[in-house]
Amino acid sequence: MLELRNIRFKAEDDDSSKEIIRDINLEIPDGKFVVITGPNGGGKSTLAKLIAGIEKPTGGSIIFDSEDITDKSITERARMGIGFAFQQPVRFKGITVFDLLKIASGTKLSVSQACDYLSEVGLCARDYINREVNASLSGGELKRIEIATILARNVKLAVFDEPEAGIDLWSFNNLIRIFENMRGSKEKRTVIVISHQERILNIADEIIVLADGEVTEQGSRDAILPKIIGSGYAKNACPKIEKGGEANA
Amino acid sequence: MPEMDAVQLRLLQEVAGLHDIPEGAYNLRANGQSVGRNTTANIDIQTKKEASGIDIHIKSGTKKESVHIPVVLSQSGLKETVYNDFYVGDDCDVLIVAGCGIDNCGTQDSEHDGIHRFFIGKNSKIRYVEKHYGSGDGSGKRILDPVTEAYIDEGSTMEMEMVQIKGVDSTKRTTIAQLKKDAKLVVRERLMTHGQQSAESIYKVTLSEDGSSADVVSRSVARDESFQKLDLCIIGDAQCSGHTECDSIIMDKGRILAVPSLEANSTEAQLVHEAAIGKIAGEQLIKLMTLGLTEQEAEEQIINGFLK
Repeated sequence: MLELRNIRFKAEDDDSSKEIIRDINLEIPDGKFVVITGPNGGGKSTLAKLIAGIEKPTGGSIIFDSEDITDKSITERARMGIGFAFQQPVRFKGITVFDLLKIASGTKLSVSQACDYLSEVGLCARDYINREVNASLSGGELKRIEIATILARNVKLAVFDEPEAGIDLWSFNNLIRIFENMRGSKEKRTVIVISHQERILNIADEIIVLADGEVTEQGSRDAILPKIIGSGYAKNACPKIEKGGEANA
Repeated sequence: MPEMDAVQLRLLQEVAGLHDIPEGAYNLRANGQSVGRNTTANIDIQTKKEASGIDIHIKSGTKKESVHIPVVLSQSGLKETVYNDFYVGDDCDVLIVAGCGIDNCGTQDSEHDGIHRFFIGKNSKIRYVEKHYGSGDGSGKRILDPVTEAYIDEGSTMEMEMVQIKGVDSTKRTTIAQLKKDAKLVVRERLMTHGQQSAESIYKVTLSEDGSSADVVSRSVARDESFQKLDLCIIGDAQCSGHTECDSIIMDKGRILAVPSLEANSTEAQLVHEAAIGKIAGEQLIKLMTLGLTEQEAEEQIINGFLK
């Protein structure tokens, strides 16, 4: 279980400070698929970074599996089983997809295991395993590799920061399928996704709306989704294609 | 012939990846003396008469053979200049592995300057691997000033892999190449300096005839208070294509001067250069830390990958 208690975060500039997160209290039980939505600048990405330890809160505490992790580093949290997928996946010169999966798994990963993770995200290992994680990969490919690293880590809690950002529609449809599989998998990991996309909101157990640094709505998908549908917080990837049904499925 | 000791064998492994005597043609040099040589029906090695060094003759049509000529120095204060000339015939496909390892535990400087010249015939394919490595905790410096010259005839290709990752205090590496019609040169240099080391890497590649091409890429990392100068120049005298790239990571108080340059003497010459110097991106470190590595482990992984 992940608990945020009175979490605050202030971004300090040279001469000004802005409160990005104001007193957030949340409880996310194990095995749930939670989607956080809300307007741009509402503090969603900051919240994701606070959970992964990339940002440190200016107040409050974060409890994971009954342990206070507020002062723990990114590495310590990662080793406790928290995974984080970047909105803009990072590129590396010289580091191959296989290298990255090996680092993620923390073991001597075999080629066939790496192949399993890659096929789960719809990539053929033969084409990708020796590719460098560099600018030669498209946004969609990088996103899928990013997700494969989370799968390889076998985390208890996976946080995805806007997985749909910067990818094409075709890749987006595949992405939805990966999330659906993840949700249906027997591992029962907790998944937190930051997203505006209606199709991602549609597979949530629970939806949280974050606006102006505060939780404005929280509840089951059935309770929340009807209230926000059609607003900027629950968008279609492309209205025309969505209307046309499964044109891209 | 003298036997090699444990230190020399370790150096041999570092520079040539050899645990034992290699297969095929070889010449092993330790502390200024030849400690082993083998020739084959197609590859002959002769000691030079007028200077220190060897002449290597590779017959036309030699395919899938290799020549190893590693040098190890473990005696403090030894300074040597060695001239090795490679004469490669036509239609060959050969791997040449050179390199020098210095272990200096003493107080005097040790220096090995290998001058390698390649005279490559027509339609041959040469892969040349050169690794330099230094170890030992003495105050004497480990100095390597290698010179590589390659004269590449029509239709031949030369790939050079130049690696210096550790332990060499001072180096000035000069590589000169001249390419004839349809000849091709590919260089992949990997350089890392640390402590107070200084490294200078100079390339001067002349594309003298139509259809010739060169791709010279240097990746380097400067740590601690080390200094690097990367001077990569391509000269295009004909209808040719050339690309040079210096890509460097700078850390601690390291300094890097990258001077890529191009000289076109023909309107048909297509030449491109790129240079970039920067520290390790914070987001790269963070990404690897979210995968469970410490900051230091993340840094090592990034550098290892970059220099791979």
